[in-house]
Amino acid sequence: MSKQLNDNDVLLEVKNLKKHFVSKHGLLAQHTTRVQAVDGVSFKIRRGETLGLVGESGCGKSTTGRTIIRLYDVTDGEVIFDGKDISKISQSEMRHYRKRIQMIFQDPYASLNSRMTVGDIIGEPLDIHKIAQGEERQKIIWNLLERVGLNKEHANRYPHEFSGGQRQRIGIARALAVNPDFIICDEPISALDVSIQAQVVNMLEDLQKELGLTYLFIAHDLSMVKHISDRIGVMYLGKMVELADSNELYDNPNHPYTQALLSAIPIPDPDVTKAAKRIVLQGDVPSPINPPSGCRFRTRCQYAMDICKEVEPEFKEIAPNHFSACHLNNK
Amino acid sequence: MADKLLVVKDLKTSFFTHVGEVQAVRGVSFDLSAGEALGIVGESGSGKSVTSLSLMKLLQYPGVIKEGQILFEGNDLVGKTEKEMRKVRGNDIAMIFQDPMTSLNPVYTIGNQIIEAILEHQNVTKDQARQKAIKMLELVGIPSPESRVDNYPHEFSGGMRQRAMIAIALSCEPKLLIADEPTTALDVTIQAQILELMKDLKEKINTSIILITHDLGVVADLCSRIIVMYGGLIMEEGTANQVFYEPKHPYTMGLLKSIPKLHKKEKERLIPIDGTPPDLVKPPTGCPFYARCEYAMRICQEQIPPYFSANAGHRAMCWRMHPEAPINENYSKVSNKGVNHV
Repeated sequence: MSKQLNDNDVLLEVKNLKKHFVSKHGLLAQHTTRVQAVDGVSFKIRRGETLGLVGESGCGKSTTGRTIIRLYDVTDGEVIFDGKDISKISQSEMRHYRKRIQMIFQDPYASLNSRMTVGDIIGEPLDIHKIAQGEERQKIIWNLLERVGLNKEHANRYPHEFSGGQRQRIGIARALAVNPDFIICDEPISALDVSIQAQVVNMLEDLQKELGLTYLFIAHDLSMVKHISDRIGVMYLGKMVELADSNELYDNPNHPYTQALLSAIPIPDPDVTKAAKRIVLQGDVPSPINPPSGCRFRTRCQYAMDICKEVEPEFKEIAPNHFSACHLNNK
Repeated sequence: MADKLLVVKDLKTSFFTHVGEVQAVRGVSFDLSAGEALGIVGESGSGKSVTSLSLMKLLQYPGVIKEGQILFEGNDLVGKTEKEMRKVRGNDIAMIFQDPMTSLNPVYTIGNQIIEAILEHQNVTKDQARQKAIKMLELVGIPSPESRVDNYPHEFSGGMRQRAMIAIALSCEPKLLIADEPTTALDVTIQAQILELMKDLKEKINTSIILITHDLGVVADLCSRIIVMYGGLIMEEGTANQVFYEPKHPYTMGLLKSIPKLHKKEKERLIPIDGTPPDLVKPPTGCPFYARCEYAMRICQEQIPPYFSANAGHRAMCWRMHPEAPINENYSKVSNKGVNHV
């Protein structure tokens, strides 16, 4: 299934996005720590495609998603949505864009208000954006419930009466209520059981086809990301280290971190997994408060050279539509 | 039978809650030889964790072992008092949990917590215990263990905490290590580290391992034998190759089909298992998987199937394996062999 994607038809462009969290501490708040959660990330998402964003915890993938939708203020850089930079507009202007950009969260238990009925949870965005009232509102809610595989009767129930997979469906219905173009899916299936994950992923794919949605799919499960994404970006410690078509990324991973990440996936096949040569990375991800100089991956990289310490590698195109940031490519 | 380290016979564990009796484990039997690694796979609510807590008798109120035997080296643990169990835990059977931060005590140093376990079970001086603690940390791959031994849990990263948990668990040289989702809270690259470590340790110290997880990939790597649980019962048991390549239970087949295949170029639709797991307050009279099974027959709704054996050491609870069951073309064709390659 290769979609016809026009390179000029970019829905979202992120340019050198930075999000630093600054915390002041000490008696007179004289000390500051800067957590460089996202530090200069650039990518484009074309209309109708799914861009996967993978990386380990603390790599900044969720922060990137939340900064795009302005749940966090942008420290620096641009977020161009449909031709307009939304990184610096006011929150009231942003409200208009939230009709077009929606988000699905990881934890279907925490992201639904337990005191509201499912109908009201899905109806809330309709009220906020003044989309519909009364009978029309009710009809939209019922339609949405059916669209995500639930039924009308569920509208009067409360979130605790549903299983994890069903709650995630409710979260998706709420995101769809405002008829968005673009949905940021932040680990939408991580909290679900294996047999339920496939149900939700299939539904997301169906909705994309029917409604022409564009997804930013953030997850740490690389096999699921590979399945759903057209292109994948790999992040490490606030930087994008590699970006390519999903098949290309899995067939020809260029960055040593991507290679290690892919080889670490446990494969549910005894013969294959026993024969596989695993690259086991040593140590942990360094702190984003004080990241390593030069290439941020160098402390765990088996190929690290002198230059990696001094110069940050450039994120450049090494093959058509395949970007990577590694000094090995300059040899 | 005599050489079996652990024999579990018809274990039934329930939680008596205000909504009724939740029958979490409904009759589970299996055994384990010395030095063997057994994987228990299942989704949330399948009873896999309750089985492991029952083995350690760590069930919290209102959980009760209703029936069954847990024979560890021939001694039944079910009848043991709390005092007797304290000798078994740590010494004979040790356990590590999913979340190392909540399992470690934040106000004691890592070293203290290992030393505590050693002093509790072994007749050594404090100094010897400390030396042993340092040795254990070294064994599980903590860099500069002499200084790290005096660190507090918050000074360790997630992966290091899980290593420290393993060090505590193995400090008294238990015969059996139960690992309940040991890598679920960790990142992939750290998960790979911990799995390598467990494989390594299994060879070095010959401890038997029961690995409980929802991740089929994790058991494929580490375990030679696999049990698949669903609705409080064992659906299928066999060697890793039998379960992955010749699954006999539709639930196992469904699980294998629902995970994406990494190497596939063409985008294929995933094949999900429709529906949701059964409510164990009122478990179905028949097969627990009946409502979600694509091969279901009438008898499946009425009676829990017995175990049918497919090959030596391979059994499954499914009426489709009955010699008189009608033939279904698709059933028995499912295999995971050769769909993954690197």
